[in-house]
Amino acid sequence: MPEAAQKLSADKREIVSFTIHDQAFCIDIGHVLEIRGWTPTTALPHAPDYVNGLMNLRGTVLPVLDMSQRLGLGKAEPSARHVIIIVRPDDMTVGFLVEAVSDILTVSNDEMTPTPDVNSAETKSFVEGIFTHGDQLIRALDVRSIMPAQSDIGTQ
Amino acid sequence: MNDLLEGFFEECEELLEVLGDGLDAMAAGTADDSTINAVFRAVHSIKGGAGAFGMDVLVEFSHAFENVLDEMRAGKLALTPALTALLYQAGDHLNSLVEASAAGGATTSDSHHDLIRDLKAACQSLSEAQDTALEDDPTPEDFGFMPLTIDLDGPDEAAVEDSPGTHYEIRFAPHAALYELGLEPVLMLRALHDMGEVDVEATCDRVEPLKSFSSGEADILWRIRIKTEVPRPELEQVFEFTRDLCDLDIFEIDDVSAAAEPEMTADQSTPVPKVTKQVAPGPLSTSEPMASATTQRAPGKSRKSGRDTLRVELDRVDRLVNIVGELVISEAMLRQSMSDPEMSSNSSAANAMAQLKQLSGELQESVMAIRAQPVRGLFQRMSRIIRETTRETGKEARLVTEGDATEVDKTVTERLVDPLTHMIRNAVDHGLETPDAREAAGKPRIGTVSLSAAHRSGRIQIQLRDDGAGINRAKVRETAVRKGLISASEDLSETETDNLLFMPGFSTNDSVSNLSGRGVGMDVVRSEIQALGGRVSIASKAGEGTTFTISLPLTLAVLEGMIVSVAGERLVVPTTSLRETVRVSEASVHLFGQSERVLAMRDGLIPIVDLGERLGFRASVDVQVDQSLLLIEADSGRRVALAVDQVFDQREVVIKGLEQNYQQIPGIAAATILGDGRIALIVDTDQMIPQGPAVTEQSDAGARHGDLTNA
Repeated sequence: MPEAAQKLSADKREIVSFTIHDQAFCIDIGHVLEIRGWTPTTALPHAPDYVNGLMNLRGTVLPVLDMSQRLGLGKAEPSARHVIIIVRPDDMTVGFLVEAVSDILTVSNDEMTPTPDVNSAETKSFVEGIFTHGDQLIRALDVRSIMPAQSDIGTQ
Repeated sequence: MNDLLEGFFEECEELLEVLGDGLDAMAAGTADDSTINAVFRAVHSIKGGAGAFGMDVLVEFSHAFENVLDEMRAGKLALTPALTALLYQAGDHLNSLVEASAAGGATTSDSHHDLIRDLKAACQSLSEAQDTALEDDPTPEDFGFMPLTIDLDGPDEAAVEDSPGTHYEIRFAPHAALYELGLEPVLMLRALHDMGEVDVEATCDRVEPLKSFSSGEADILWRIRIKTEVPRPELEQVFEFTRDLCDLDIFEIDDVSAAAEPEMTADQSTPVPKVTKQVAPGPLSTSEPMASATTQRAPGKSRKSGRDTLRVELDRVDRLVNIVGELVISEAMLRQSMSDPEMSSNSSAANAMAQLKQLSGELQESVMAIRAQPVRGLFQRMSRIIRETTRETGKEARLVTEGDATEVDKTVTERLVDPLTHMIRNAVDHGLETPDAREAAGKPRIGTVSLSAAHRSGRIQIQLRDDGAGINRAKVRETAVRKGLISASEDLSETETDNLLFMPGFSTNDSVSNLSGRGVGMDVVRSEIQALGGRVSIASKAGEGTTFTISLPLTLAVLEGMIVSVAGERLVVPTTSLRETVRVSEASVHLFGQSERVLAMRDGLIPIVDLGERLGFRASVDVQVDQSLLLIEADSGRRVALAVDQVFDQREVVIKGLEQNYQQIPGIAAATILGDGRIALIVDTDQMIPQGPAVTEQSDAGARHGDLTNA
């Protein structure tokens, strides 16, 4: 793991990698506020299927997104081993429900290869590129596009 | 805007409030010297600040205004109804000038110059009046405003009893600067004269012979002996504006003869009109609410108390409120997690727990109290609106306020300004008849609009009443039909007809005046009040007037709710619209139509909505015997019975908005955190009520809601 104080040059960035259904994903660490263990959430009426529910983060009410469902990998069955990554890309704070957080890595931007032309619509819209780390492919997610779309909420 | 300027406008707001209070007291005849002084100081301070910032228009006007007040202060100008009206007008104008200055810059207008002329005229008429006053004995009628009703419980009175007629010696040596600023020792001496027996000695040793005399020099030393019942701070107040401009010594002279002299005496030979003080029980008892209001206000009036307040940014208070909210929740969580094991109830931990609970409760209450503000400021703005509106419509109306010391959350008072303004305009424009019409109907020409605030069972109730013609229901109905809001065949109850006023795009007045009908309808008024967690209802009687009742939560942070469970989820149903809970096993539930169920109550059939189904938590289910029904009644009078699986206890919950991190959800008002840390959603009961064809909400939420019920 890199030291927190390490200065990153412009083309380097730190990422948090996590797994969902044995696939590795990552998001920019700048968006991550903290990582928490799974706590039961409160179901939301009329919510899109990828919204797992609401959680209480020290008094703040925030929605938890089922990343598995959001990425088109099927509904997650949350257990005590699941992890919620609290992200705040802009003014909205949400939790990402993932299976496990694996690592914090420093990668350089030119290591990122563009998303291959696959069929899955979710993959295409949410994955901005792919890093290769050892023998592992890490899909870099565009956090902003994953955030719940206003149009999804309240109309279903 | 820089900080200084911002501070000035903030201060102006407070000063204008003092001004408004003072003018109200003058109009009500309860003003005393300190009121006039306070009003004068308010205007004077605004002038001072405006001068510092180079706001010439404001300075010019407040100067003219101040002069009139100064004459009054000196007892030279009597308060007539005409003068009261002028002062009010001046006060309103000052208000708008300050607002305009804050918005960028005040400009002069014709009315501005007219008003300044009127104010100057008021001062000038004085000199003539004074000549006559010198000759004739001033009759009490001339100074009808002057008889002072002394509040028996007031602090002044208490102070008077403590020191009946104390002797003071005042040594007053003005500096030249005092004269340069145009301050006049004579006025101060007069003011002292009003306070008691005065013996003035002027030492003129230093005055140059006439040959070398310069008027700008300050050569006269004054030695004033005064015997007065007035407490020392008020004596000092006379010299308030001369601070740093003179050498001033005030000391008490121990004089045995100064013992008890019950009546304050004023020299009859003085040219200054005598102030007759009456301790009149009559006016006190008849103007009960006014008297009590003054009592509560009195501390705010005294000069010293101003320093006991602290100006804090609202952000900081809000942060405090939030943290305390969390603390209360954490405390509840801790208590819950400690309650189950075999912990003895008198163990030290349990005792500490109980103490913590009490403390956190008190802490929450005190923090909430910081945000609480009396509605006085809001009501004062409304009396401005009344005056404006009456001027524009040519109707005559007065505003009577009651309970203006009632405290409400600051946000509530702020957000009530627009809806109340609109309602007041409506009351005058649509509610009140023209003076002639009123006379014909056997009513006084001047209409009365009353605005009252009171605490009612944990909520704030604000009532707006007018004694106008009442709602013309036939006309309302006709308009609604014409505008396609209802169908002509529809049969509406009186309440339902009245509620048509709240429908979007409704306006009954034949001619849309520039007052009402500014694009803000009563529908906006209602939605704004609802956004504050409030309700508004109408009661109207033909020929007698209309009453609007607004009921608001005390604070926007806490809500009283019933905890229920539905499909394994816990939800909170606000108790404000909850009328009754019935167990299904004890109720008579009937199948109606294909799958609809209704509850037969004493006074009719009420549709049953399964809360779980309505929120999409479960598929359509039959109403189970072990369920409970919550009877909900909306302001419109429409009712619905919500079927829930289980009803737990009733408690106060802290409201957590959903909009910040998510979005408004149909059927859900907000969320809260329960004692175990889990989140529970707060049900928006109004949206649970099936909207009949008569009153169809045209908002998105309503439309969506309609779809859902039909689905």
